[in-house]
Amino acid sequence: MNMMTSPELAATNTSQILSVAGLSKSFGSLQVLDNISFGVARGETVCLLGPSGSGKSTLLRCINWLERPDAGRIVLDGQPIGITSGGVVMGDRELSLMRTRIGMVFQHFALWPHLTVLQNVMEAPVHVQRRPKDEVRAEAEALLQRVGLFEKRDVFPARLSGGQKQRVGIARALAMKPALLLFDEPTSALDPELVGEVLAVMRDLASEGMTMVVVTHEMAFARDVASRVIFMDRGVVVETGTPEVFFNAPTTERAQQFLLRYVAAPAAPSTLTTPQT
Amino acid sequence: MIHDFGLVWLDRELLLTGLGNTVLLSVLAGFCALALGALLSTVLMNRSRFIAIPGQAFVDTMRCTPFLLFAYIVYYGLPSLGVNFDNWGAGLAALIVYHTAYMAEILRGAWAAQPRAPIEAGMAFGYSGLRMFRRIVLPPLMLSAGPVVGNQVIQIVKDSAFLTIIALPELTHAASSIQSRRYIPFAAFIAAVLLYWAICLVVEAGVAAVGRMAEARR
Repeated sequence: MNMMTSPELAATNTSQILSVAGLSKSFGSLQVLDNISFGVARGETVCLLGPSGSGKSTLLRCINWLERPDAGRIVLDGQPIGITSGGVVMGDRELSLMRTRIGMVFQHFALWPHLTVLQNVMEAPVHVQRRPKDEVRAEAEALLQRVGLFEKRDVFPARLSGGQKQRVGIARALAMKPALLLFDEPTSALDPELVGEVLAVMRDLASEGMTMVVVTHEMAFARDVASRVIFMDRGVVVETGTPEVFFNAPTTERAQQFLLRYVAAPAAPSTLTTPQT
Repeated sequence: MIHDFGLVWLDRELLLTGLGNTVLLSVLAGFCALALGALLSTVLMNRSRFIAIPGQAFVDTMRCTPFLLFAYIVYYGLPSLGVNFDNWGAGLAALIVYHTAYMAEILRGAWAAQPRAPIEAGMAFGYSGLRMFRRIVLPPLMLSAGPVVGNQVIQIVKDSAFLTIIALPELTHAASSIQSRRYIPFAAFIAAVLLYWAICLVVEAGVAAVGRMAEARR
């Protein structure tokens, strides 16, 4: 069960693994991110919350340079991403190499349709990281066991439910042994009854000390699992803190309004999920 | 009439040699055109217009040129520019270059219709350049374009018949020489048509196999 806990995860929890400083991004005249700064410590689960259009997903996609930021510095484990310490923008090759250290789970799964479940998980470790196939296969099978999909290993993604696809997506990301896992609204495209199985896998990862940044509208998940919550609105970080403080005593008016809207009734956690289109 | 087909039978060796050459030409041209077309499709899909536009110009030129004329240019025209081919080289080169343009255009269309998400996932997992194309972009492309690529292969088989005009000993050439030797045009040409039909059945079986693979993944 603990096979993914790499040695560095056991190291001190206070050391910072990701730092983002002064990140800005515009699409045309629309400023989506305005001078965003935050850090993530090893083993932390940071949830990015905020209304639709607040820039959460763009921020996440800037971390691995799927979107190219206009300004700002991103450092992963001491190594700059996107722009070298000399200030030069990285080429495709360097960028690709950096990206292999950051796992990503997508809202719409983005599995490779021509490959089976097992092949999806093995693809990048074998063909990008160039690790021995036998070793990768054993690890991939163990990961599929872990997300409960070993029996589906020879099935093509098109034959899976959304929840199963997303669990494959998580196994695929873990197979890269990333230092950091990014989740871009991982349950937003799922039918409500399938959300739980994906969140359960994510809870497991968090409790095992995987470092994760999660964009989500699952307030119950953020409240229970996040080590820290970052609340964004209109491209800026409005409030950040522990889930206890954020959900029970938000200090800014915008956060209060957001919580009123998304956590309508202070009821049992199971009713707090908000289906998202 | 039966007697005429009996005469064709006497020349079966000639006809089968022609069939063999047609198959050889078509297979070689099909594979090369598909491979080069795949490469050319990356040019057509390039974000830089300075790269994409010359590629598109080549494709448009080929699509507006009758193959027979193009074969004439390669075999009779190029030697006046100092480029010399024998009839095999000229015929094969003409088939490949001409159909590369079609294959590229087929793959470009299929590519433009592909969902963006799996390619983006490829980027996030460290793919770029040729490796991205080969491992992530091309396989689903081939599956979805399979039937249209199959049609194009059939077109290659039929276009190879034009190469009879540069004395390439393919199937049409063989049928033609049988009819002129024995004065049995109907039987000789119908025999050739049946053999072309057999080739197309094989191509269609291949397309069906690709279609089943695509269906399993859809």
